Amino acid sequence: MSDDPRDELVEHLPALRAFALSLTRNGAVADDMVQDTLVKAWSNISSFEPGTNMRAWLFTILRNTYYSNRRKAGREVSDAEGVFTESLSEKPAHDGRLQMADFRRAFVQLTDEQREALILVGAQGFSYEDAAETCGVAVGTIKSRVNRARARLGELLKLDDDDNLEMTDQATMAVVTGARPAAR
Amino acid sequence: MGHTRRNDKEAEVIDENLRRVYQDMLDEKVPDRFLDLIAQLKSQDDDGSATGGDAK
Repeated sequence: MSDDPRDELVEHLPALRAFALSLTRNGAVADDMVQDTLVKAWSNISSFEPGTNMRAWLFTILRNTYYSNRRKAGREVSDAEGVFTESLSEKPAHDGRLQMADFRRAFVQLTDEQREALILVGAQGFSYEDAAETCGVAVGTIKSRVNRARARLGELLKLDDDDNLEMTDQATMAVVTGARPAAR
Repeated sequence: MGHTRRNDKEAEVIDENLRRVYQDMLDEKVPDRFLDLIAQLKSQDDDGSATGGDAK
């Protein structure tokens, strides 16, 4: 067992890239962010408290880098549609299930803050508290961002149409109950 | 805030799709440039404390 927490960095790379890609929606920008984050994490490792959540710490560095670049650029970098929606392979969807491409197209239309909150809580499984700390905001702010993000996606995907929800719901349940082992 | 079964269902559909999108991203192979970078940072540190090792 090594006591250098930096040895752990490599384990977090896939999550760090996924988070970066969700936030920037652009593969090249995302990878630059990951690179900056690694360099910063490496040289500032003394500010990491061993035993705390390293992933959250890395995400914090990454998002701070992203938002400070965004501020410098003076606007949201929005070549959104491209890489995020197209670079990832499309899995065949069976009837009714939301097409992943539709979902991605809707997802990239959320604000940066909404995407970030939703990914941390909804996909990465952070507690509201961890997400709030990662983003440097109050827990209530994270909750409301997540709620707004879901509501906006619901609108964009027309889940307010009962038939759409019914269909996607059936397919989703099939995924949840069928494909996933009951590990939890 | 009208919290209904409907909203729960909608959130469930959204989160399920979200996790699939995220999982696709997690499954992507990490480019070598990051592993190289870590190796490079490590060897710089080693050079700082001791001399020798990898020339680069």
